[in-house]
Amino acid sequence: MADLKTTFLGISSPNPFWLASAPPTDKAYNVNRAFEAGWGGAVWKTLGEDPPIVNVSGPRYSAIHSNERRVIGFNNIELITDRPLQTNLDEMRQIKQDWPDRALVASVMLPMNEPTWAKYLPMVEETGIDAFELNFGCPHGMSERGMGAAVGQVPEYIQMAAEWAKKAASVPVIVKLTPNVTNILPPAKAALDGGADAVSLINTINSIMRVDYDSLTMYPTTDGMGTHGGYCGEAVKPIALNMVAEIARTKETRSLPISGIGGISDWRDAVDFLALGASNVQVCTAAMVYGFKIIDDLVDGLNNFLDDKQLTLDELIGKAVPSVTDWQYLNLNYVEKAVIDQELCIQCGRCHVVCEDTSHQAITHTVNGERRFEVIDSECVGCNLCVSVCPVEGCISMHQLTEGIDPRTGETISPEKADWTTHRNNPMRKTK
Amino acid sequence: MSKNKQQADIRSHRLDKDQIARNFGDLHPPLSRSEALIAADRCYFCFDAPCTTACPTGIDIPGFIQKIRSDNIRGSAHTILGENIMGGMCARVCPTEVLCEDACVRNTHEEKPVEIGLLQRYATDPVFDQGTPLFSRAAATGKKVAVVGAGPAGLSCAHRLAMLGHDVVVLNRDDKPGGLNEYGIAAYKTVDDFAQKEVEYILSIGGIELRKGETLGKDFTLQDLRDSYDAVFIGIGLGSTNTLGLDHETLPGVDSAIEYIAEIRQSDDLGKLPVGRRVVVIGGGMTAIDIALQSKRLGAELVDIVYRRGPEQMGASRYEQDLAQTNGVTIHHWAKPVELLGDDHVTTIRFERTALDSNGRLTSHGDGFELTADTVFKAIGQILDVGVLGKDAAGLEIRHDRIVVNEAGRTTLPDVWAGGDCVAGGDDLTVTAVQQGKVAAIDIDRRLRGE
Repeated sequence: MADLKTTFLGISSPNPFWLASAPPTDKAYNVNRAFEAGWGGAVWKTLGEDPPIVNVSGPRYSAIHSNERRVIGFNNIELITDRPLQTNLDEMRQIKQDWPDRALVASVMLPMNEPTWAKYLPMVEETGIDAFELNFGCPHGMSERGMGAAVGQVPEYIQMAAEWAKKAASVPVIVKLTPNVTNILPPAKAALDGGADAVSLINTINSIMRVDYDSLTMYPTTDGMGTHGGYCGEAVKPIALNMVAEIARTKETRSLPISGIGGISDWRDAVDFLALGASNVQVCTAAMVYGFKIIDDLVDGLNNFLDDKQLTLDELIGKAVPSVTDWQYLNLNYVEKAVIDQELCIQCGRCHVVCEDTSHQAITHTVNGERRFEVIDSECVGCNLCVSVCPVEGCISMHQLTEGIDPRTGETISPEKADWTTHRNNPMRKTK
Repeated sequence: MSKNKQQADIRSHRLDKDQIARNFGDLHPPLSRSEALIAADRCYFCFDAPCTTACPTGIDIPGFIQKIRSDNIRGSAHTILGENIMGGMCARVCPTEVLCEDACVRNTHEEKPVEIGLLQRYATDPVFDQGTPLFSRAAATGKKVAVVGAGPAGLSCAHRLAMLGHDVVVLNRDDKPGGLNEYGIAAYKTVDDFAQKEVEYILSIGGIELRKGETLGKDFTLQDLRDSYDAVFIGIGLGSTNTLGLDHETLPGVDSAIEYIAEIRQSDDLGKLPVGRRVVVIGGGMTAIDIALQSKRLGAELVDIVYRRGPEQMGASRYEQDLAQTNGVTIHHWAKPVELLGDDHVTTIRFERTALDSNGRLTSHGDGFELTADTVFKAIGQILDVGVLGKDAAGLEIRHDRIVVNEAGRTTLPDVWAGGDCVAGGDDLTVTAVQQGKVAAIDIDRRLRGE
């Protein structure tokens, strides 16, 4: 078995799976259950100033379901902890004593003035926590009070608060970033410049789930009124992966360790985050949908995967980062064509109709009077749409043309790479 | 002939009330919303969908399933009923396993098609429960059309004609409309008086006058109708039952399956129906299965179906055959009845083994077997009683005892159309009858508008 023992910022945990700061980590009771189930660490539900905030007593969550009622996307309007600070601190101290091998991180959200940070952080650190995570991410509620995403959207604030935190804390400081920005790099850079030891991302995305089709109000509501919440769950994973990869591949930010968050439901999702540059991962929604037991598959699946690939966890981390680049560097001489395996084809015709209606008219529906779906190479641009919509996995695959002439363009296949930076149609092209 | 002297054991109340109720409950209970959503999700929304091609009425099946997925149930029902006004009954009785569900592309790798029949029922049930109006009539044309027979073909034709603005008079022999939907389908396939509910819905469009107790050839002639109406549609089904051609066929205990199925359907206390202890059914179609299974479910102890050819040639689908067998019915293939025995009641029926000769013709071996029987049901098909057509039959081409029509349902008489089981080239399915009625109505409309 591969060794999943992880050290992140010098904090060791038996596996790279931490519970994210969220309802599952609100109390000792939950965290105990999580650690009993096998979770490697927990980021405690975000602490704030006393007196504690209050939460609504109506719906805090809602979901987008598949027809089988599988939760695809999830939304919440819960705020930070609504329990007295001392209650949380007492429980955190006890948990750290009871579970010394697990990572315990304190998430904090405080008003933007240095004395407050200087006051609270030592109190929290005194519980024995391994690190701080600064919550600059929650897009709802607290952001109206100038905290959470309101800080995370202004790089200068991130840097300022990171500096205050580093001054007040002796344990490592992780900055949790909000995805509600157009470019994740300036916030990440600000965290680095403020002295943060790592970043974690993503927090949730601003969202309204839907309307109620009877009342024609937004859904859900509290006494007839609703507010935007934070969107998460497997639907947000691609957004998170891009932001993680951007930080991991950009020269100015790539030195930052990353704790990956966003829609991790099974071990493959974890592989995505780790390979794209995260050093560990945090999970919330999947646990809220299925309970803590999912850790079994996360650990076991990742273990088996690493064994099959004969990789260590460290070797997996960042493995896919070099494959991420800008569009302008993609090889425009590279040509693929779709190929339909007629043995596997069930003749649903979806590839034909989507290609016909929305793309390049490159798939037949009839050949010699028979229902048959074949790729027309002289029209196929290799777009992968048919592969994406085909209900039979492996039935349609993309094959590279390595020689001869591309029947679509009439151009000879060139073994040389050529990208947009030097393309003749690019008015800004570089001359060789 | 006096070989067996045993008393015929035929009696009612073989099973208690609760058991009867269970036996005659819905064969396929309807889908719940969550079941329907999951079933609908399995549809791949095929291009030029093979299921639609396989449907005699050409329902846009992926289209109606897509609407189920989005909770647009009324829209889904409209998609179905717009092509097949008896989509509710067809959802219950269509042999989907040889039509749409057989064509489903899911069969290729999973051998488990989308449950199209059950989904169709899910989409249409609310329409009949609530009487949701989905169709309206075009401006009145002032034309009047007579429809003979209120079975699937006649009612489908009448409904479409009414939609197109014509006035329709439906002349029906039976007390109740619906034809074989009302009288000829196994009770557990259409519970809760669904056939009448469906007819009520069809008539609710308006412009259709239904007259009962009107028998062609007795109460009126085809010529009467041709004289008084702008067009005539014949959908009279098949009136007479085929005979075995054996001696003693009139012996008590040798009965018509169709008639007994009708009795079961019309009974308000199934326990009261007398049923034999030993029942032998002759035939291989859906009617043979229906009578065998219903006899069994009424409490018959031993039920045998004997068919003169093999399982592949049976008119009943494989699914229906399996259903009979899992319900304890024994099916004997390759045997034909040669003698009925009994003095004042049938007691035994003797069979000879059959086979196909080198020319593909059915021959008998000589050797055979006997089955003891309290009741022998003939389920060997029906024939058109050409006599009811009267002297007008002279102008009507009849082939193999069925009325000849073209693809638009026209007979060889210029103002007479026909459809359903009484026409040649059909497959004796409700869904085909509905399609023929619809197609004829569209052609009648064209003709009446002088197009």
